[in-house]
Amino acid sequence: MAETQVVASKSSSEDTRKVLLSIQNVRVWFELRRFGFGIAGYVRAVDGVAFDLHEGEAIAVVGESGCGKSSLMRTILGLHRPREGQVVFEDKVISEMGREGLKWYRMHVGYIQQDPYGALPPFMSVQRILEEPLITAGVHNKKEREERVRKVLTEVKMTPVEDFLHKFPHMLSGGQQQRTVIARAMIRNPRLIVADEPVSMLDASVRVEILKLLRSLQASHNLSFIYITHDLSTVKYFSERIFVMYAGQLVEKGPIGKILKNPLHPYTHALIAATSDPDARNAETYKEVPPGEPPSLVKPPAGCRFHPRCSRIIKGTCDVEEPPEFQPEPGHQVKCWLYK
Amino acid sequence: MVSSANHKLLRVENLVLHFRTTVGTVQAVDGIDFELDSNRAVVILGESGCGKTSLAKAILRLLPRNVEKYTGKVYLNGVDIMALNDEEFRQNIRWVGISLVPQAAMNSLNPVIRVGDQVAEPAIVHLGIKKAEAWNLAKQMFQHVGVPEDFLYRYPFELSGGMRQRVAIAMALVTSPSLIVLDEPTSALDLLTQANIFNVLKRIKKELGTSFILITHDIATSSELADEVAIMYAGQIVEVGHAKDFFPKPLHPYAEMLMASVPRLRQDQDPEFIVGQPPSLINLPTSCRFAPRCPKRFSKCDQDPPMIEKDGRKVKCWLYA
Repeated sequence: MAETQVVASKSSSEDTRKVLLSIQNVRVWFELRRFGFGIAGYVRAVDGVAFDLHEGEAIAVVGESGCGKSSLMRTILGLHRPREGQVVFEDKVISEMGREGLKWYRMHVGYIQQDPYGALPPFMSVQRILEEPLITAGVHNKKEREERVRKVLTEVKMTPVEDFLHKFPHMLSGGQQQRTVIARAMIRNPRLIVADEPVSMLDASVRVEILKLLRSLQASHNLSFIYITHDLSTVKYFSERIFVMYAGQLVEKGPIGKILKNPLHPYTHALIAATSDPDARNAETYKEVPPGEPPSLVKPPAGCRFHPRCSRIIKGTCDVEEPPEFQPEPGHQVKCWLYK
Repeated sequence: MVSSANHKLLRVENLVLHFRTTVGTVQAVDGIDFELDSNRAVVILGESGCGKTSLAKAILRLLPRNVEKYTGKVYLNGVDIMALNDEEFRQNIRWVGISLVPQAAMNSLNPVIRVGDQVAEPAIVHLGIKKAEAWNLAKQMFQHVGVPEDFLYRYPFELSGGMRQRVAIAMALVTSPSLIVLDEPTSALDLLTQANIFNVLKRIKKELGTSFILITHDIATSSELADEVAIMYAGQIVEVGHAKDFFPKPLHPYAEMLMASVPRLRQDQDPEFIVGQPPSLINLPTSCRFAPRCPKRFSKCDQDPPMIEKDGRKVKCWLYA
């Protein structure tokens, strides 16, 4: 695993921007208990993930449900403690932070939830929802709070502001609810935003509107952005680099253009092949889908975790030894023996 | 009229379903016409709240209590099924003629009954066959949808989401209906599973000659199955046409904008969004229902446009009059 770390830091040295968040070989394992006592095993939700995120950079983590992307996100937010490895934000290790430290950290990190209706308290008005993070941040001046609420609502284009301030979440449309969630994530002027499938619950026509809003906010505030999704077709409008996650590990990392045009890992290939563009010709052909399902994270397969489903398996290598990260071209890493 | 209806598998004429609520009448399905040949698939596309699920319910007569108006004609193989009474409808149409895979079908399985029993049940009830025979049928259906046979003896919690969705499709198939209505069959599934399910549906269509009505808001994946496309907006169909004509060049401004809002993996054009919101289905305007959001509106749009035929396609828009 040591070489993973070296590769990650090497690739980042090409980027001249400052590193804001550094994920160093993080493992998050959850205990499985037997009758409440003793440990029957571990769910290896995140198993050796390393990357650097620069200031003002937008990245996307792509993977299917159960691949550990939400656990990774929750670790970055400081909700899970990694079993191994560190999450470093501005030279400070998150898992070593105390109460005050975490409070400071959370001032700088915004979180956009997947389901906007579920994420907003139904009994609070928009104004109250947006004031809450300011109150906990110690902004006691009511006037200042109101000003900031108005400013952030204008930024997410919920204008005229007066129309929305006193509304409750159920009175808003899906798009407006998601805008409120985004406003809440933005109100403390964070430097990093973590967005967990921010548009998957929205209708097609609204989806693009929200993506464009997120992109303009990211650019105008120079935010670092982690966009977690399973939908490859929305990724390219948004991020600079893609990390493809499979069974708790990042199997391919690289700039967006390279991954979409020239995917290296067989799993990335499969994901791209399975994504449809609206085209009547689709109805005439079958899609190539790797057989089987993602492995259990309790007992992941030996060797490469994708080998039982892979059509390009090298017998004797892929099913025995876990591939390290190879770098076939600068800035593009892949965890696959094919690129040794 | 009747003779032409005989050639079609399904023919829906002026179907209306209105609901009564405390704030007014919800015109969820408001005068729908479409036809479907056998072994074809029509995709009904629309945003949430446009009435597409209500349309499925209206076709299958699965109605809630607050129905205010339910009229129109639905011909299945030339028989007007709206004229049947409830018991005849239950015996002769549901499952036997048309079956439904409901939204989130994978969560609609009974957790305490083996999936084999659940798949066999419609066959026992509607075809009147013995349990052993029904299990044999269930086994065959499992092969069609690509679930291993020994899964028949499992409980739903032992199956993954994609497997459960296949089981729900197997259940819809077991009575060999000529038409299956799929309501958002893959919206809760992962990308690869989704591609798998569409492979299964395509294979069923080819091998068993089944027809499908696919109801979805996911335009990109809908093209995987579509022979025909119907765009629904505010309770009405605004455009119907062959998928081959529709996907390259939609006619209705709403359809055009909807297509432009789809993020695409293989093209570089920037997606556009549609300004504004669909109207509430309670107080619908007498003008064209899309006019308030339409960039191409002109004076004529104050009146409700008729369905206009153009080169074998139908579009409800004054631009083509």
